[in-house]
Amino acid sequence: MLMRRLFLGAITVWIVSVIIFAGVEVLPGDACTAFLEREAQGKLLENCREAQGLNRSAAERYFDWASGAVRGDFGVSANGQKSISELVGNRLRNSLLLAFCALAIGVPLAIFLGVVTGLRRDKPVDLVFSTTAVFAMTIPEFVSATVLILVFSVWLGWLPGIVLTSAGAQVSEFFPEIVLPVIVLGMVMTAHILRMVRSSVIEVMAGEYVQMAILKGVPYWHIVFRHALPNALLPAINVVALTIAWLLGGVVVIEVVFNYPGLGRMMIDAISDRDLPVVQAIALIVATVYVGVNLTADLMTMLLNPRLRTHALRDS
Amino acid sequence: MSALIDIRDISVGFAGRDGRTREVLRNIDLAVTPGECVGLVGESGSGKSTLALAAMGYLKRGLRLLNGSAAFNGIDMFAQSRQELERIRGGQLALIPQNSGQSLTPTLRVGAQLGEALRLHSALPADRHAAKVVELLGHVRLPDPESIVQRFPHELSGGQQQRVAIAMALAGEPEALLLDEPTTGLDVTTQAHILELLRDITTERGMAMVYVSHDLGAIARVCTRVVVMYAGEVVLEGSTRHVLKSPAHPYAQGLLASIPKLDDTTLPIALDGRPPAPGDAGAGCAFADRCALVRDRCRSTRPQLVPSESGGTARCFFAREAGRQQGRTIGAAPVRFSSGETMLDLDGLSISYARPRLLDQLLGRGTDVPPTVDDISISIGKGETLGLVGESGSGKSTILKTIAGLLPPAGGAVTAGNQALPHAVEQRAPGQLRQIQLIFQNPDDSLNPRHTVADILEQPLKLYFGLAGDKLRSRSAEILDRVRLGAHYLDRLPSQLSGGEKQRVAIARAFAAGPEIVLCDEVTSALDVSVQAAVLDLLNDLKKTQGTTYIFVSHDLAVVRALADRVAVLYQGRLCEIGQTDQVFEGESHPYTKVLLGAVLEPDPDAAPTLAADDIVERAPPASGCPFQRRCPRRLGEICDTDTPPWQSPEAGHFIRCHISLEDLNAA
Repeated sequence: MLMRRLFLGAITVWIVSVIIFAGVEVLPGDACTAFLEREAQGKLLENCREAQGLNRSAAERYFDWASGAVRGDFGVSANGQKSISELVGNRLRNSLLLAFCALAIGVPLAIFLGVVTGLRRDKPVDLVFSTTAVFAMTIPEFVSATVLILVFSVWLGWLPGIVLTSAGAQVSEFFPEIVLPVIVLGMVMTAHILRMVRSSVIEVMAGEYVQMAILKGVPYWHIVFRHALPNALLPAINVVALTIAWLLGGVVVIEVVFNYPGLGRMMIDAISDRDLPVVQAIALIVATVYVGVNLTADLMTMLLNPRLRTHALRDS
Repeated sequence: MSALIDIRDISVGFAGRDGRTREVLRNIDLAVTPGECVGLVGESGSGKSTLALAAMGYLKRGLRLLNGSAAFNGIDMFAQSRQELERIRGGQLALIPQNSGQSLTPTLRVGAQLGEALRLHSALPADRHAAKVVELLGHVRLPDPESIVQRFPHELSGGQQQRVAIAMALAGEPEALLLDEPTTGLDVTTQAHILELLRDITTERGMAMVYVSHDLGAIARVCTRVVVMYAGEVVLEGSTRHVLKSPAHPYAQGLLASIPKLDDTTLPIALDGRPPAPGDAGAGCAFADRCALVRDRCRSTRPQLVPSESGGTARCFFAREAGRQQGRTIGAAPVRFSSGETMLDLDGLSISYARPRLLDQLLGRGTDVPPTVDDISISIGKGETLGLVGESGSGKSTILKTIAGLLPPAGGAVTAGNQALPHAVEQRAPGQLRQIQLIFQNPDDSLNPRHTVADILEQPLKLYFGLAGDKLRSRSAEILDRVRLGAHYLDRLPSQLSGGEKQRVAIARAFAAGPEIVLCDEVTSALDVSVQAAVLDLLNDLKKTQGTTYIFVSHDLAVVRALADRVAVLYQGRLCEIGQTDQVFEGESHPYTKVLLGAVLEPDPDAAPTLAADDIVERAPPASGCPFQRRCPRRLGEICDTDTPPWQSPEAGHFIRCHISLEDLNAA
């Protein structure tokens, strides 16, 4: 079962890599035309193509690219002639840092609030947090980001409103600049996870085994922690996984607003510069993260859910 | 002896949408003394489960206590603090729930859940708990308790889960047990075993019991006293013998007449109509609308519980008359009709659920697991009804799925009306699809909740007959009329129908296609007995007018007896016996058929089941020999494990697959 899932995950990444490569391939122009711009003609173009190995067949180049990617070597960027691995590596680390901070605060908070609102359904505490969550989900991030910058850095002056640290700086140098972006991202993801956990808690608490536990004389908190939560939190794992994937690749707006040197912004920059090797590399990394995170979530659900676990064992 | 459970004048209700309080229980008194077992009977919605839970001081979400009290051991359960309730519940007063599969926490091992009950409710030191858990599991006769402790609830069969729930209830050494339909949904054999266990445990410990069930057969077996409930009130109360043998209330009579009986070849009599919704019972008797004895007085004044002639008390003005109305009126005779022309032929059908593993698939290897269903050859005549019986896991429904084309067989062929049917439903021609229709057990799952009755019925009419416009609607109304529902049902949604009405719509949908063969998969199992009788009557009627061929799958042998012309007995996906209904039920039979028949519970306090084989559930059929070898009470020896038993025929059309000679089968 485990092997099967890993195998399918690898196949998915492979298919994505082919699509990315093919997609870039059918675009008019290539790395050389983009790099040379107006001089992209005649001998100069020929030489460049020769140097970049662009004259070889697509299959050959795909194989080169893919085998390099497996080893963590994405070649060099088109304009700066720098190692993509190095460029992307820093950005990936920064994105991971942002995601990690947001998760470290958001997930425990979301689960706590989700459980509280679920148990106190329709009570004031539930109404307050559930409504707040809807607001947090619906207000566009750039709006909440701008408002926070206005309040905390412009008016109060407590926190820096923009990240000035360069991409390659030490992790410690990002504090406290990272605080505001973390708050904005944390708000959105907390809201999503909170609502998921809340509805799951409500469903489980209305279930027959919880009723049975009540009628068995099990103390209330005991029911919550032993009987209800292990079942109620299972669906949350997948939501958390999707959130992680989103935090790593999909938070372009936040990165732009705060000038944060993460993967998303690098992708946008690379697209506008027509730096195709970088675009390819980031697309592949983000796709791999998606597949990896979802795979991990499925495996965790399987481990924590005895029904799936034993089925999996029986299957394999 | 003073009552252990003492419920007085209790009323429970909920606030309806119009703001009016709707009563689910109306002024009920119930007292249970130690050593006594009281049965609560009634159709679904009669409030019997609500009453049992109220004895624990528990009301489902949305319900409110309006009046009265529920005392246990002199303590008012509705006036206790949470801590006090937690001490009593599961301790002195324990519940065995209906659906143990849903009532055990899926993420906790059986041992942990039992251990929890011990920790909360027993004085035993913690280091003795593990041993006690094993002892409890052994006490409810679970095989290999040491390994059960380590399992999760989903790794147990339905009967085993129910036993775990019983063990859990016994952990606190309760003085009183509440049982909420504890055997509903279990196989007949399992049910009989569980009931015997409960009988033994309660007599041994002198516990007070409240047994909630719609199954009068189970009630007859375990209860000393019966309380019949209708629309939230008690309509009849008396000793089990009085209530079942000479019921002094027209409702109880109707209920009894609607139960199919094993020794009765006529159809049960349906109790028409449905009980009033909570709060809708008028000033008079709640049963007035469905009562054959109804007079003007019944509609204006609510009768009180009065002592009846035959003992006990009844809520009826004419209890004396009702009590005298003895003797069962005869139900309609089932249509026995077969033209001899073969309609459906199953030839050497074999079905396997086992899918080859990825690695095996890649290497082109098959599986070595014996098929779930094997060697099924039956031919069914036009207009004939074949009953398919067996315990859960015997492959009854699997065979229906394959005939319908939903599950391709591993081998064999299905021929309908001289035409070989392609295995997969997608490959079948529209005419072949129309020919075979399937009706499922649970209409809640098989009817789309967002489609109106008209939408549901129009689909086959459009698909197979190309009807449109007014014609479509009038034809739908016509079909609805045939299942005895009026045209005003056309615009309703399934959620606005009762269980019986939904199943009629499901039947109407099947018949809208004008099928020659209708496959009925436990179509009455989810229904109340009174409704079941009406559905059986309807199916019988449709057979008479349409000459339809049925395959009727049911675990209820009495239902099969009432409707089927021929019966096939399945064990582990293999045929054990097939023959005319009378031959199977009365003549020589396969040891497995005997086991099944012996386990049937009759609504008769004098009838006792005979339990011949264990109720263990087998996971896979044996690779060789007789499928029933592991449980057979009349096992001959090695030959049963090694050789496939031969078909023997005691009479024309009756076949038994067993190594035991016909004379010996007859002798026992």
